[in-house]
Amino acid sequence: MSRLEIKDLHVEIEGKKILKGVNLTLKSGEIHAIMGPNGTGKSTLSAAIMGNPNYEVTQGEILLDGVNLLELEVDERARAGIFLAMQYPSEIPGITNASFIKDAINAQRPSDQPLSIRKFIKKLDETMALLEMPESMADRYLNEGFSGGEKKRNEILQMMMIEPKFAILDEIDSGLDIDALKVVAKGVNQMRPHDFGALIITHYQRLLNYIVPDVVHIMMDGRVVTEGGPELAKELEANGYTELAAKLGIDLADK
Amino acid sequence: MSDQIIDELGGAYQYGFKDDVTPTYTTGEGLSEDIVREISEIKNEPEWMLEFRLAAYRIYRELPMPNFGPDLSQLDYENINYFRRDADHVARDWDDVPEEIKETFERLGVPEAERKYLAGSSAQYESEVVYHNMCEDFKKLGIVFMSMDAAVQEYPELVQEYFGKLIPPTDNKMAALNSAVWSGGTFIYVPKGVRVTTPIQSYFRINAGNSGQFERTLIIVDEDASVNYVEGCTAPNYSEDSLHAAVVEVNVLKNSYCRYTTIQNWSDNVYSLETKRAQALENSTMEWVDGNLGSKMTMKYPSVYLNGEGARGTMLSIAFAGKDIISDTGARMLHNAKNTSSSIVSKSICRDGGRVDYRGQVRFGRKSDGSISHVECDTIIMDDKSASDTIPYNEILNGNVSLEHEAKVSKISEEQLYYLMSRGLSEEKATEMIVMGFVEPFTKELPMEYAVELNRLIEYQMEGSVG
Repeated sequence: MSRLEIKDLHVEIEGKKILKGVNLTLKSGEIHAIMGPNGTGKSTLSAAIMGNPNYEVTQGEILLDGVNLLELEVDERARAGIFLAMQYPSEIPGITNASFIKDAINAQRPSDQPLSIRKFIKKLDETMALLEMPESMADRYLNEGFSGGEKKRNEILQMMMIEPKFAILDEIDSGLDIDALKVVAKGVNQMRPHDFGALIITHYQRLLNYIVPDVVHIMMDGRVVTEGGPELAKELEANGYTELAAKLGIDLADK
Repeated sequence: MSDQIIDELGGAYQYGFKDDVTPTYTTGEGLSEDIVREISEIKNEPEWMLEFRLAAYRIYRELPMPNFGPDLSQLDYENINYFRRDADHVARDWDDVPEEIKETFERLGVPEAERKYLAGSSAQYESEVVYHNMCEDFKKLGIVFMSMDAAVQEYPELVQEYFGKLIPPTDNKMAALNSAVWSGGTFIYVPKGVRVTTPIQSYFRINAGNSGQFERTLIIVDEDASVNYVEGCTAPNYSEDSLHAAVVEVNVLKNSYCRYTTIQNWSDNVYSLETKRAQALENSTMEWVDGNLGSKMTMKYPSVYLNGEGARGTMLSIAFAGKDIISDTGARMLHNAKNTSSSIVSKSICRDGGRVDYRGQVRFGRKSDGSISHVECDTIIMDDKSASDTIPYNEILNGNVSLEHEAKVSKISEEQLYYLMSRGLSEEKATEMIVMGFVEPFTKELPMEYAVELNRLIEYQMEGSVG
């Protein structure tokens, strides 16, 4: 049972304040969704948790089972159990998908206990089949020339192979058609019974029909302004952010 | 895997060890006409070769150093030992190689490579070839594979027909020097219709300091034949500079194929100033695969003279320049016949103050109707101390040709690093992975065993690259 706590998090990018005191606690077995209009800091939150060097944390804490992630480098956070499925995954020519995933898995293990090749291949085959990815994608160069949808599937593949404690999925649904969306959801749901929690960042309620969240957080202007169950997402889909903002007394136009 | 390898390498140039062999013969330091005569005499050469050497020596004295590329003024010619003999005969069995020399080659993995995957293997130590052997199966096909010295004695007609023809002593000062004092190197003749895909390898080792190694390689691939030749080079670390000035001439006759792969990994006291040239006749293919990982200074521009209709020439190279290393390398493609094609792919990496320049030439002669060339130069500059330039010379004397040139210089992208590190890979491992991916088009062309070795070398070169 693990716990990711975000306390009073303030983040700036190039001197501009983006997050203005975010509080959020995620436990193993839980799936949380973060929704909110464009430019409210959802992706900034994910970047700050992962440790993207372009984002400066000016105040607050991020604790994973009591360990302050802010003191760790990006790779150390990953090895501590954080995974970020990125909105725009990088392309790395010359390195095959399979060899990259193998190295990533082994990076989480003691150097004298690498995963056996047979176990790795078996798991890779099974996971790719579940995500309806053709076998040839294992031998293609990491994300190079992948379509938007293939990249997203590949992020989920990595997540399932690495088995982090917590995954942050940053707009994993953007650019996906409905079939691909279902496949991605299947992958995340498969992880659910394990020692695993997820934070799903999305604009649309649609994804949440397939991955039903335990908690929905609504972010506006750098803060979590309200929280609720899956019904909150549906309400938002029906009425839009403007009405919710008005109800909460927040002036969105001010932004 | 990387940590393990780095531990194993112990953080030093892994081929830098030296052994303690006393030469059985040496001409001492410096060079004169008498020494040129002495070299010819000790090899018991025919008169025509002595004349060739003496003429070359006079040309060498007259020619200026190249007026381009890195500064060679620190190279002290007086201090160099131009000829050193360490074994009295060329062995065909490793057990007949003097013990210490044999141990050196064992540490370099040469006999093991031969047992596992070579059709033939040769080992040169200082000035002369100490070991030479070819599998019976390949001998039966009529392939001639021997030291250049032996070929002068055994195949004088072939040698006289081709030796110094593609690269005459007048070509450049280093070619003239080699022509005057050459010793060792490889001679290969592949008869008509014989195709060999199993690689033939020569390994060149400099052991002493202040050494000059001037091997001479001549390859003739007769019509409808093919050969796959690989050479490797290493030396111990010394504070005194050594000079390696090879001349390589490759003749690829009608409808034949030659691939010539070099993995040059000299220690950082070696000047490597080489002249390599091939001619490709009608419908033949010449491929250079050239990896330059070491040496103090490298100047090398292997060329293909596309002299027959439909001939193809390619160069695939990587150059890696670390601290205090200057690499000035490239390729030359000369289209002298119809419908010829060439391709140059050059990949360069520099770090820690290294300098790596691409210098290349593509020439379309008047008779080169319908010919095409594609040049691609990619460079990664890993820090602000290092530098790289791309210097292409193009000369087009025919309107009906096509030339493409692409050049790209990049730094390791922060975004790629972040992505890889977010999967738990350390910054060092992530950087290495990006570099490995960058050179992958090169390594995938190497025989498996060389690819593994090259990856190890690059991992070693990358060690400590993240400050």
